[in-house]
Amino acid sequence: MPHHRSRRSPQMSRQSADALARGLGWFSIALGAVEVFGGRSVARWLGMEQNEKLLRAYGVREIMTGVGILASRDPTPWIWGRVAGDALDLATLGKGLTDPNAERDRVVMATGAVASVTVLDIICANALTGQPPQPRQLRWDYSDRSGLPKPAQQMRGAASDFRAPRDMRIPEALRPYKQPQGNEFPRPSM
Amino acid sequence: MKALRWHGKGDIRCETVPDPEIEHPRDAIIKVTSCAICGSDLHLYNHFMPGMKKGDIVGHEFMGEVVEVGQDARGALKVGDRVVVPFTIICGECDQCRRGNFSVCERTNRNAELAATAFGHTTAGLFGYTHLTGGYPGGQAEYVRVPFADKTHIKIPDGLTDEQVLFLGDIFPTGWQAAVQCDIEPTDTVAIWGAGPVGQMAIRSAVLLGAKQVVAIDRLPERLSMARAGGAITINFEEESVIERLNELTNGKGPEKCIDSVGLESHVSMSHPDTVLDRAKQAVMLESDRPHVLREMIYVCRPAGVISVPGVYGGLVDKIPFGALMNKGLTLRTGQTHVNRWTDDLLRRIQEGQIDPSFVITHTVGLEQGPEMYEIFRDKKDGCIKVVIKP
Repeated sequence: MPHHRSRRSPQMSRQSADALARGLGWFSIALGAVEVFGGRSVARWLGMEQNEKLLRAYGVREIMTGVGILASRDPTPWIWGRVAGDALDLATLGKGLTDPNAERDRVVMATGAVASVTVLDIICANALTGQPPQPRQLRWDYSDRSGLPKPAQQMRGAASDFRAPRDMRIPEALRPYKQPQGNEFPRPSM
Repeated sequence: MKALRWHGKGDIRCETVPDPEIEHPRDAIIKVTSCAICGSDLHLYNHFMPGMKKGDIVGHEFMGEVVEVGQDARGALKVGDRVVVPFTIICGECDQCRRGNFSVCERTNRNAELAATAFGHTTAGLFGYTHLTGGYPGGQAEYVRVPFADKTHIKIPDGLTDEQVLFLGDIFPTGWQAAVQCDIEPTDTVAIWGAGPVGQMAIRSAVLLGAKQVVAIDRLPERLSMARAGGAITINFEEESVIERLNELTNGKGPEKCIDSVGLESHVSMSHPDTVLDRAKQAVMLESDRPHVLREMIYVCRPAGVISVPGVYGGLVDKIPFGALMNKGLTLRTGQTHVNRWTDDLLRRIQEGQIDPSFVITHTVGLEQGPEMYEIFRDKKDGCIKVVIKP
């Protein structure tokens, strides 16, 4: 398996993986909202009323993961978190398949849907893993536009003849301390 | 004449309007030779500033030639004079003007009551910048009426191009004042959020005023490249943590001086969830401005440090960590720019070759292309940093 990832990486660029991750993030938030606010209806539809609270908790998890994906600079760990969450969802639905009170056909349908998303999550997580976030490319280079006649380092303090007006000076007490003389404690410059 | 007029969110049009006329003896009429789109014009374009009316002529960074002078302005100006017009209209006589606080001139805002209702007191009249600040027609036009023209001008000597001096009307003194408000010491690290035109001027100002280290924060590589050219260390906030990097650059102590050159339209990013929340609140009118930069500055600024805010804010902001501001003993300095307070000195520095502000210009177009350039500038396309318009 050592070349497993290297074979897969060229199939999806980091840019595409990031886009897929963003899509999964929004999907996660939307699904989570349905589970949190429509938990009872979803549980009834599946015939798994006893799992209503669990379903809502999963909804909270989905929302948190979605926000994590969208808010982080690198969504990789959050996408792997989604994969782990998918496993939990599938385990719960698997339990429903053996529940005589559950709507079996609907549970199978839901399991299929979750399994499909799980595949997407795994593809995305694999594509992201090991590929650092892409820095934005420099298309317009203005590194020759200093506006200064000499290198900036040589222009440092060139306007030292300027005297800040009294009303714009910081309070004397907030100025850097003078260097202490001998054994004295440092004192403000005031 | 032709002028750029605001017709609503994202809707600026180049239209024919009546030529301006002298309305008061202190007025002058200027034939505009160059004007610029300012970052704060985008707040109007995106309709985040209240008080605009359909048909308002925009633009507050402009210069040109005097073509007509009112009777009471004749001692100070004559036909043919070449002038840059500061974006703040000043009387030069009120208490605030006498103190050099030109941006809060007490007399020039002809809608002073409206401004006082919004802000508690009136502020100066501004060109092309909402009826809260007087509703004066702006300078993205072929001609403009300059009220209080005997005081509201900067005379330009021969030998300097429009491009060298145009920004004396706004972004150069704005960046300069931002740095001056920091009262920079040679031991200071100055962190500047936003590497747009004002940020670029603030970077150069901080360097010239002798900061030990200047750090620029933005996300656009072209702006960061220009910031580095001006002597700044750069942080791309899309690629690294601003707080962590600033602390790293200051041995964990934070920058002594922080400048907000971003203002009310902080970039909205899922990596900064507070900006998303602010944007959502803006959409339902629960908050008018997005103050992410203020929050970040207050958090990272060194205790007893200074926060300087040249970036424009328009109204109400939420979740400002005022406890941190208070407990860290930070000094907060704000304000529209007292343009004429600085321009004699800055003009001298340009003449002496200490700085050439034209470095920031990336696009020069005619007035008809103005509406298109607003869109390009807003969307930060085509490497756009500063647009100059030649009417």
